[in-house]
Amino acid sequence: MADIVIDHVVKDFGTFQALQDVSLVVEDGEFVALLGPSGCGKTTLLRIIAGLETQTAGRVVIGGRDVSGLTPRKRGLAMVFQNYAVFPHMTVFENVAFGLRMQKASTADVKRKVERAAALLHIDSYLDRYPAKLSGGQRQRVAVARALAVEPAVLLMDEPLSNLDALLRLEMRTELKAVLREAGTTTIYVTHDQTEAMGLADRIAVMYGGKIEQIGSPLEIYATPATRFVGGFIGSPPMNFIKVRCEQGIVRIGNITLPCPAGCEDMELGLRGEDAMIAADGSGIPFDVRVVEPMGSHLLLTGSINGQLARIVAPPTATINAGERVALKADPSRLTWIDSNTGRAVGRA
Amino acid sequence: MIAKRPGGLRRAILSERERPMPARTSWIPYALIAPSVAFLGALFIIPLVQTVWLSFSAGEGVSLANYQRMANDLNFGLAIRNTFLLTLVVVPLQVILALVMATMVSKLDKGRDMVLWVLTIPLGVSDLAAGLAWLSILQNTGYLNSALYALGVIPGPVGWLSQETPWTLFFGIVLAEMWRATAIVLVILIAGLQLIPKEFSEAAEIFGASPWTRFRKITLPLLKPSLQSALILRTVLAFEVFAVVYALGGRNFPVLAGEAYTWQNENQNYGVAAAYAVLIMAISLAATAVYLRALRTRPEQLP
Repeated sequence: MADIVIDHVVKDFGTFQALQDVSLVVEDGEFVALLGPSGCGKTTLLRIIAGLETQTAGRVVIGGRDVSGLTPRKRGLAMVFQNYAVFPHMTVFENVAFGLRMQKASTADVKRKVERAAALLHIDSYLDRYPAKLSGGQRQRVAVARALAVEPAVLLMDEPLSNLDALLRLEMRTELKAVLREAGTTTIYVTHDQTEAMGLADRIAVMYGGKIEQIGSPLEIYATPATRFVGGFIGSPPMNFIKVRCEQGIVRIGNITLPCPAGCEDMELGLRGEDAMIAADGSGIPFDVRVVEPMGSHLLLTGSINGQLARIVAPPTATINAGERVALKADPSRLTWIDSNTGRAVGRA
Repeated sequence: MIAKRPGGLRRAILSERERPMPARTSWIPYALIAPSVAFLGALFIIPLVQTVWLSFSAGEGVSLANYQRMANDLNFGLAIRNTFLLTLVVVPLQVILALVMATMVSKLDKGRDMVLWVLTIPLGVSDLAAGLAWLSILQNTGYLNSALYALGVIPGPVGWLSQETPWTLFFGIVLAEMWRATAIVLVILIAGLQLIPKEFSEAAEIFGASPWTRFRKITLPLLKPSLQSALILRTVLAFEVFAVVYALGGRNFPVLAGEAYTWQNENQNYGVAAAYAVLIMAISLAATAVYLRALRTRPEQLP
């Protein structure tokens, strides 16, 4: 088992800076998701940890050993690739056994470990087949089994579920979480899918433009985004941002006032659609409903607050019609205040 | 429901897509391939049939007389031996060299196209011209002897290509063939390498495979279809080797295609020449069949 320290890593591709001074500590046995839109540098960071890419500056330390200058095979880790990279010319057994064979494990050892990994991923009945005969989901299981068979201290996963269809993805996600918890492997998991990151990870590092915007538990990142980007990227619907003016610690919005943190005047009020409740007495933030979408589990209301687009989630039984104006209440502790100039959250300890 | 409606209405509700294609379009595919068929027929199939026919006809009726005459000729055994020896030495060397070169070229970041272009220049040189170029190097008064003499290694002109020095002659031919025709293997292998996603090699590297192991266990097996094409092409061409051998050794190093040429032009015996041609074709077909079987990629092992 091993912890991972990413120490001020920079990566330039010509004049383009893919990673700008990224630092991150992953504890032993922890599951950290690197989450961000495409082009944010998450895959580049993963490939640098793997050794498939060389950083321009900075260090990677795994289990107390500086591996910055080592080739991938000397780093003692395993990886699952986005397009599986299951060897087409080898049977499932030989694929899963590949890492063990490279370690010159004894035949009995190989057989035992391959069978255990295969049983864990429910591929034990396909061991003598070739990958071309398997479905996408089964190939993904082979790729995960191949990685787990070597009992790695560190497991890197690069969007492993993104090539699967929605239903299979949900199933694999649940299974992956159970399997990895049992193995206790330190895992770094790259994804652009927030539900995967939220569901799987102990902590999420949200990346944007070659930087880590925020690191925290899924709930922290959801409830208290550190920047406007994080609030807008996480959650469905994303957090609403309403431009307001803060005067002497008070914001006036509709017929109510809200206390706001001091420090700046131009602010944005970050409000999660789920945190807003419709006030029965009609006093609160005025929300002009334009579209009502019944989603089954909830109503999705799209409209505007002070002329700015907002999406609010209401109970499925609420009777709200398009064109209505409703008043919204929210727990002040669930609100996020963003400095309009810096895009960063203010007034948080 | 639809069938019960009056015919006119039924026609009307058939959409554009459902309407059967007009019958006149059926001859278009045949018309389109007709020029290729005519071309192949006139320049390949008819001469082939004629050659086979010619090889079996001597004097009156069908007979094996031409083949008997071919087999009883003094040079026949030598030509067989030399052709096979040359093929068995040249083809494996070319494949190994091309693999090394392809691996190096595919590792290049910059100037890759330029390097590839330079390496493939010999392909643009006709085989006779290539043979003459190597003759100017290896002949008694050639560049090699001049250089060795200038360096004081040899006291005077040394014959490398004469009948008395069969091994240096053979080595010279091998060298010229390597120079001339390795690039075609290289081009096929580079195209094949580009088809292999780099994730396979990366995955192998992550799981602890050394560069040599990656080459042996990942690249080589996945390159098998390209290797098969390259081997078939090169082997067939090696069995037909003629111009380079003729330029460097004349009849000092008899090969099958050279014998066919001699019987055709010097002996004016078209029947025996045709027998040689048919023999070369049979050997080539056999070699192709061997490669197709030995290097077969099972469909389930394709990426």
